[in-house]
This record gives sequence, C-alpha cells and structure tokens, in this order.
Amino acid sequence: MLNTLDHIELQRVVEIVSVDNSPISSKLTEMGLVAGQLITTLFRAPFGDPIAIELNGTVLSLRLEEAQFIEVKA
Amino acid sequence: MKIALLGNPNTGKSSVFNLLTGLRQQVGNFAGVTVDKRSGFIQLDQVQHELIDFPGTYSIYPRSKEESVVFDVLSDSNHSQHPDQIVFVVDASNLQRNLLFFTQVYDLGIPCILVLNMWDLAQRKGIIIATEELGKMFPGVPIIQSNARIGLGKDRILKALTSNGNTELNQVRFLESSELCSIDDVQCQKLEAEKRLRKIKDSLKHVVQTKTPEGDSISRKIDRVLVHPIFGYVIFAFVLLTIFQFIFTFANAPMNWIDTLFSHFSTWSSEAIQPGLVNDLISQGIIPGIGGVVVFVPQIAMLFFFISILEESGYLSRVVFIMDRLMRPFGLNGKSVVPLMSSVACAIPGIMATRTISNWKERLITILVAPFMSCSARIPVYTLLISLVIPKTFVFGFINLQGIVLFGLYSLGIVFALLVSLLLKLMIQQKEKGFLLLELPDYKNPRWGNVFINVLEKVKIFILDAGKIILAISIILWFLASFGPNMNESMHGLSKTNAYQSMTEKEQTKAMDACKLSNSYIGILGKGMEPVIAPLGYDWKIGISLITSFAAREVFVGSLATIYAVQDESDEQTLLIDRMRNEVKADGTPVFTLASGVSLMVFYVFAMQCMATMAVVKRETNSWKWPIIQLVFMGLLAYFSAWLCFILLS
Repeated sequence: MLNTLDHIELQRVVEIVSVDNSPISSKLTEMGLVAGQLITTLFRAPFGDPIAIELNGTVLSLRLEEAQFIEVKA
Repeated sequence: MKIALLGNPNTGKSSVFNLLTGLRQQVGNFAGVTVDKRSGFIQLDQVQHELIDFPGTYSIYPRSKEESVVFDVLSDSNHSQHPDQIVFVVDASNLQRNLLFFTQVYDLGIPCILVLNMWDLAQRKGIIIATEELGKMFPGVPIIQSNARIGLGKDRILKALTSNGNTELNQVRFLESSELCSIDDVQCQKLEAEKRLRKIKDSLKHVVQTKTPEGDSISRKIDRVLVHPIFGYVIFAFVLLTIFQFIFTFANAPMNWIDTLFSHFSTWSSEAIQPGLVNDLISQGIIPGIGGVVVFVPQIAMLFFFISILEESGYLSRVVFIMDRLMRPFGLNGKSVVPLMSSVACAIPGIMATRTISNWKERLITILVAPFMSCSARIPVYTLLISLVIPKTFVFGFINLQGIVLFGLYSLGIVFALLVSLLLKLMIQQKEKGFLLLELPDYKNPRWGNVFINVLEKVKIFILDAGKIILAISIILWFLASFGPNMNESMHGLSKTNAYQSMTEKEQTKAMDACKLSNSYIGILGKGMEPVIAPLGYDWKIGISLITSFAAREVFVGSLATIYAVQDESDEQTLLIDRMRNEVKADGTPVFTLASGVSLMVFYVFAMQCMATMAVVKRETNSWKWPIIQLVFMGLLAYFSAWLCFILLS
C-alpha cells in the first residue's frame, strides 16, 4: 500500500518508492532519500512535527511538509 | 599551496582542522557572505601551506545562499580561494551518503585525500571497510583512517599531502558525464545525485561489510527522554536555567575585575601622561572605551562554552527538533531558540550564535528580534525604577508586586520579540524556502579542545571585529560628554558660588561633575530634546541619561547619579533613590511618578540602547543597513509604547 512518509506510524520500516519533484527534492535525494531505500520511523517531536527517521544507521529529522514529498510502501 | 577542507556536517571535520592546525587559526568571513572562514597553516617539507575550512555541506550544490561559497570556490578555477589540493573528511560509519559529495569533488579533477574519520565508531558499529577496494573506486586518491577526536591521523594526513602535492590533475572520473548542473537546476541536481548514489551503492558492495546497519542504541534510549513531549521541555528548561544561573553567578566577578583593572589603568595613565587633551583622550576616552569592550568577554566566553558543549554533545540538534514546530509560525526556526535564549543574558553572544541558522531570512529575523529579550544590562535600570515607583505591596497577600512588574517587563520583551518576528516574516521577501532536514547525530562526550578553540574564536571575533566600532562610538560619546561650548564658564561660575564654597571636597567634586555633564554637548542635546521626551514624562536630566546609556543600558543609573551629584556606590542606592524621589519639575510636581517610571521601564524594554549590539549586528549582517533599521524601529516602538504607558497611567 502506497502512502506518503508524513502519514506513517512510528516504529515502522518502510521502503521509499519515489521522491516527488519539489524545490527540495534534490536536497532530499542528497540525504540518501532515494527509491529503494529502507527507512524506519523513529519518533516525533512534541506536537507531532517534525519527525525523526533512521536510514543506514543515521537519524534524520524532517518536517511533515518535507516528508509529504516522499512516497513509501510498507 | 591552498588546501581546502571539505566534508559533510557531523563528520568531525572541525576536529580534523584543529588537529592539523592546532591553535594557529584565523577566523573571518568568506567574501560576500557571513559564513565563518577558518584558516590555518600547516607545514609540509618546511613550506607553509594554507588550510581553509569550508562549511560542512552534504553536496556541492548549496542549500542556502550561505552555503553557495562551496560551489562558487570549487566550480571556478580562477577563484582566489580555489584549492590546489583537497582534504575530504567522511564519517566512516556512513560512507554511502558521505561519498556523494566526495564523488562530486573527485570529478572536478583536483587532487584529493580521503580521510575516513571516526574509524573507531564504525568499528564499534560492526562496519568493516576494505580500504584497498575503496581505493579502486577512486584511482589516485590516498585513503587515510583517522580518529581526530582523540588526535589520531595527523601524521598520516600530512604525509599523504606531501606525496600527493605534485600529482597532475586527475583525469579519471567517477561518473562519465560529470558536468556540473547549474546552481538553480534542482531537477538536474536530483538526477545527478540519484545516479551517483546508485553507483556508490553498487561499488560499496565490495567495500563495506556490515553485520546489520544499526543506529547507536544508547542514543535512541537517551532520545526517548530528551525529545519526550513533556520531559523534553522540562529538561531543556532545566538546562537553560543551569546555564543562566552559572553565568549570573560567575560572570559578575570577572566583569568587576575588568572594570577595576581598567579604572586603575585610567588613573595610572592620567598621572603618567602630561595633563592636557591627550591625557584626557587616553585616560578618559580610549582606556575606558577598551574596558567597555573587554567587559563583555566573560559573558560571551561563558555562553559559548555552554553552547559549544551542547553542540558537541549532539543535544543542540534535539533542542532544534523539539522547538521547531513552536517557532515556525513566527518565521523563526528551531535553531533560533538558543540565540534568543542566550540574549536573556546578553544579546551579543545571542546574535553571534545565529550563524548556525542556514536560511538567511530566518537568521535575519532572529538577529533583529534578539535585542527585545531583556538582557542582564537592563536589570540595574529595572530594579532602580521598580524600587522607586512600584510600592512594595503584596497581591493576594503573598505575591510581591515589584516581582510581578519585573516578570511583566521580561514577558513584554519576549512577547514583542515574537510579534515583531511575525511582522518581519510578512515583510521580508525571499525566494529561498526554509527547510529543516537536519541530522540528529549520536550523542558523544564533548571534546574540550574543540570547545576551548570555539570559545577563543568567538571572543577574538568580538574583540577584533565589533571592538573597533564600540571603541569608536565610546570615544565619540566621551567627547560629547566632556566638552561643551560654555562648559568652562559654567564650571568657573559654579566655583564662585557661596553654596559651592561651603561644600566638603567630596561634594565639590560631585557638584563639578554634574555641572560638567549638564553643560557638555550631551547635556545640550538632552536639554534640546526635552520637548520631544516631555510627552513621555521625562525631563532633560533623564534625556541626558538616555543618550549616555547608549554606551550600555546600565550606564543610565550612573549618569543619573552624576547629574544629581549623589554617590551611587552603595548597593542599596538609597541616596540616589531618595534624591530621585525628591526631584520635582518646574511646576513642583514630582518627576518620577508611577506613570513616568513605568514609561521609562517600557522604554528600556524596547529601545536599542546598546552600541555593542549594533556593532555585532553590523558584523553579522555585513552592512550598516540592518543595525540602523533596528535602531530606528526599536526606538520608535519604545517611544510610542512609553508614551502610551505615560498617558494611561497619569
């Protein structure tokens, strides 16, 4: 099932399907957020935003408005 | 030879820089942008070479205007800073992402050295790197393992630099089509990054063996507490409180020593040099002026000591993480929190700490609103006026009214910092959109060497860059306070009066100082502006003190004491308070009433009464435009709010 990263529950491992075009898409790619990459949703900041995810052993935080560009599947 | 130091953030790049250059470092700005440019010298075969530390970035393509310096310097071989050799630092435990930027740099053909830093951490995470295989990916690049945090790898890096120095430009490329994208072409950059990452991933299969790529489990456990919806904030508040407690307790003593030391210097030089204009200039203008710069050093050093520890340990990025959502509606960023909070102690280190905010608009707003936070220099003004006009009564029988007013003044500053941010957010136009996309590094013990160098650097920047401006303004203020068209005649006239003749020697000095100040240019200015400030409830004596306290807010108290010719040395200030209480206007009504007192306090909450802050804003925004806008805007806000308070309360 496809979904965007901002809608994924915590402590899930998901695979990136695609990164939508946006002004920050190149920056997301440069951080390693590319199709096929597995990521784990770790925790949310108070008020639910931003979120923290883990990929390849490092933790990244991103705002929900940034996460919505990332399409993932469980 | 110019050597550039490049790499991602959080790779220990600055540790490598400190390791290679030691204390022989210089800080400045890259031309055109306010990004710290740290440079130092390293010696290879008895020849000095310049090592330049570039800001840590994830790519050659900038995230912000400030990061563009990396692209500008690397893509233009005629650039004055274009390197002859590159030391590229990567985090050995996260090769895949780190190598993206490295392959971009490698494809430029500049001779490179690849430093696999944090080697121990990678091993602890169970990551095994076949260095020889990695070397095959990048022909011509020496690969070095290091652990700069504990000082390992220096000799190997220097040796590689020496033997690598004569290599021709590398003709091999990692990607066949390795033309750079244009700086605005996001689509091209994205495709390039995807291509590079795919190839890196493929190639690394033969290089890196990992049991299971796992994060640091201890850091995850700590995070469960530190970013907790409730405890996260409680702990952050506790950390802040500890820092402020420490600064208020320990910064005062050295600040007093500096004051005493410089007043001794001043007395000594006034006796050592022939009396006259030069003597006055040196002993009353220049020496106290330098003292006025140095006196900020303890606060700056202590705040940056703590900020560096928070940064080095990895906690600072968690603060950004939990505060980001709260600050965003105001056009600020999670990274604005520490600069704003630091400004409660002193706006100078607060504004200097905004360098971590990569988005220019968010950084500018933070700089512009930081002086609204009530700094420690306002405390003497607040306490004097509160004890003068606010009765010591208790609300509900136990809450001290004076305490409530003080709290109200602090809150007023914070509320307006946020309101003005909101206003600026709507007013300042910018194409570049702010984003977070921040790495939360694993927690580590801070390296004391790095903390120490960072503190030293900030103190040096303040003294050398802002100090000149502060010194110049304080000499101007001294001149205006010490000279006047009819000063000598007035002082001569005073000395002839009967009242003066019957005074004790001490009283005579006081009376003379008062006469001097009120007949100086500042005195004339203060009297001249009386019609302007009369609607706020102030007389010309307060006007003079407003002008002199542009040097620093707490000077207000000393100036009033001088004008009223009373001693201000006792801690209680009872003499000064009594004198102010008895001060009457021409019509016989008291000058200091509830209305005029509150109006003055509100004026000090808002007005940019600090030349040192202006000097730092000039340094951090690289132009006089912003400090002047800030001065005018804060001045108008202060004037009209004070006026409103006076009207409402009288």
